[in-house]
Amino acid sequence: MSALSWLMVALGGCAGAPARYLIDGWVRGLRASPMPYGTLTVNLLGSFVLGAAAAGLDGSAYAFVGTGFCGALTTFSTFSFETWRLAEGGRLTTALLNLGVSVVGGVLAAALGWWLVA
Amino acid sequence: MPDHPLPVDPDQPISPSTASVLTVIAVGGAIGALARAGVAEALPHPRDGFDVATLVTNVVGSLLLGMLMVYVVEHERGHPLLRPFVGVGVLGGFTTFSTYTVHTRGLLGHDLPLALVEIVAGVVLCLVAVAAGVALMRRWGPR
Repeated sequence: MSALSWLMVALGGCAGAPARYLIDGWVRGLRASPMPYGTLTVNLLGSFVLGAAAAGLDGSAYAFVGTGFCGALTTFSTFSFETWRLAEGGRLTTALLNLGVSVVGGVLAAALGWWLVA
Repeated sequence: MPDHPLPVDPDQPISPSTASVLTVIAVGGAIGALARAGVAEALPHPRDGFDVATLVTNVVGSLLLGMLMVYVVEHERGHPLLRPFVGVGVLGGFTTFSTYTVHTRGLLGHDLPLALVEIVAGVVLCLVAVAAGVALMRRWGPR
């Protein structure tokens, strides 16, 4: 990876992580629910955008939008923590629902983004 | 009047301002994204092969988040900005859901078994990693 690409990864991450925090907080505020809709929203949105970026961008543009921004906008650690926490707290159905919707929805969102650009 | 009057309750938690929270999340996100790109460079995979770098990244990030949450929430330790910096910023920026779903989508068309292995391994190993991180910190963390 070029020096410019590394810089773009850092800048993209710098924008993606606060965007996740703000979108997550906004979605949580819309409706109280044990289902972690905030994380689900950023993960579906990021999968869609990265699907499109993977089809249409390369080099430092992909490093910024794809590796940096989408990578930091989406999160696996919070997704797995929330899913585990739901199961540990006795909400096994919600945990499995969150898992299924995130994974199937994420792959579908990625496919849609790819299909629109490729 | 001083800029920062003493609180009435000395045990009152310091509530960091939104600006400082967003700043540490942004810095953490940059660090996490760079670390993730570093792992991807160190563990390259063929385009139609198993994406081991993303799996390693997500498993390690999940383990560390499990540890962090117990440390901060259950043991009530750490600076008030620790969770936004490390949990939301560094680990959120380090782990990625989009690379996982986009790579799996690419595999679906020509190697369905490998795509399913990647999907299931990602979810199962990260859930095990979170549980392990939580258990480790509950057992050996500070009290």
